[in-house]
Amino acid sequence: MHSVKWRDRSALTAFASTTVVFVALGILVVRSPGWHSVRRAFFQLKHARASLPDIAHGFLLNVRLFLVAEVCVLAIGLTVAIVRNIPGPTMLPFRILATAYTDVFRGVPTILLIYLFGFGVPALGIDRPWNSPLLWGSVALIANYGAYDAEVFRSGIRSVHPSQLAAARSLGLSQWKAFRFVVVPQAIRRVIPPLLNDFISLQKDTALVSTLGPLEALRNADIYAKSKFNYTPYVVASCMFLLLTIPMSRFVDWLILRQERARR
Amino acid sequence: MTQQTFALELRNVHKSYGTNEVLTGVDLSIAKHEVVGLIGPSGSGKSTLLRCINLLEPIQGGDVIVDGVSLTAPGVDVDRVRARIGIVFQSFNLFPHLSVLANVTLAPMKVRGTDRRIAEKAAHELLERFGLDEKAKSFPDRLSGGQQQRVAIVRALAMEPEIMLFDEVTSALDPALVHEVLQCIRELAQAGMTMVLATHEMGFCRDVADRVAFLQNGRLVEIDSPERLFNAPNHPDTKEFLRQTTPANPLRQI
Repeated sequence: MHSVKWRDRSALTAFASTTVVFVALGILVVRSPGWHSVRRAFFQLKHARASLPDIAHGFLLNVRLFLVAEVCVLAIGLTVAIVRNIPGPTMLPFRILATAYTDVFRGVPTILLIYLFGFGVPALGIDRPWNSPLLWGSVALIANYGAYDAEVFRSGIRSVHPSQLAAARSLGLSQWKAFRFVVVPQAIRRVIPPLLNDFISLQKDTALVSTLGPLEALRNADIYAKSKFNYTPYVVASCMFLLLTIPMSRFVDWLILRQERARR
Repeated sequence: MTQQTFALELRNVHKSYGTNEVLTGVDLSIAKHEVVGLIGPSGSGKSTLLRCINLLEPIQGGDVIVDGVSLTAPGVDVDRVRARIGIVFQSFNLFPHLSVLANVTLAPMKVRGTDRRIAEKAAHELLERFGLDEKAKSFPDRLSGGQQQRVAIVRALAMEPEIMLFDEVTSALDPALVHEVLQCIRELAQAGMTMVLATHEMGFCRDVADRVAFLQNGRLVEIDSPERLFNAPNHPDTKEFLRQTTPANPLRQI
């Protein structure tokens, strides 16, 4: 059949062009003047093997950090977004607080927040275990991403047509119940892809907490690299993050595709 | 002197958006079991009037009185008032994330606190009555416009309202689907529901309404029995409007 032939041919073309491009890129890299020293510094199996256990162990901390942080981020983000969307004069002070929160914690670079919280708060002289830099570094990360996701949730809430709220109110639902049962469930469905996008970002940014000293993946890679004068552990650590983030990226793509299909 | 209690009374209702006056002093009294048709050109304030009746829009002046109780008095629980007045919108406004059944049971369960089993049983009965029970598990986007609008009617009825408001409920429908929705409304009228019906379906309005009101520029120009209003209107504006909307084939019957 004509269409099948056409599909075969386009698949063949795609394969050929992909191969040509990737092979060309490979040759370009391998033939570059510094390739030998780069390979020695970054891609040595011996160092990869030796550094892997510590990095993998450290990576477990990243994963735990991420899981705890994500739950907090979602709770904070949704709460702040709802507060900013509930009208009425009594809610004004809370709206101001919520707005100030998003403005401040979204506007400061993540690494700076981690420094300020991670070094600043323990310096207040609070007792253990509340003086751990890891704890306050995580709080900074949560505050930062909470502010981002508050805006994601808020845009989702605003994207639900006002007629939905009107219909809910007309049935006698209070403002709060209309939000709870009609607006927010629809909003959440719509913002799942952008939220997952921020998940991926948060997974990576758990590495920033390493600057405070905890022995997570990047920190362990760093220690090995500096003691053996070899950068291979950085590549190993990168691969670990990719192992987590790439499946997530494909999952987001799939979700977006599914939403687009549903809309058609 | 005995005073009749009306199901619904509007007294000198004023509504404006900023400087734009949409309703300029509307008076209207509706008896129990009465069906009032609301006609008038687009932008005349029909929809706004309906939305003001259940306070979806705040009013700037006047009073809305349901069953003898003023809704604008301080301390009135607006949510409880709304539960007594059902409204059906032009664009259905079903909740897309809920099944037909959940659309219908949401308000009884969350507002009244009705037990799920009781709410679902009542919902099934209502859906059955309007020929929709086999769609109970479907989601709104799987239904035709006519079916969606009938579900919207059932959803409003599930709160057992005393008054039903219909805001041009057939305007967003394919002509072929208009009939099934009008049939539902007709059945409700025959069952004695008090209703206000904003509509462009003149024939239907003439057929089902006890009185018809003509609204223009936010003012109630004329209200009368359908026979008199459609055949021999008093006001020149009513005449002009009817001449424009029913040119060659007057008052098609449905």
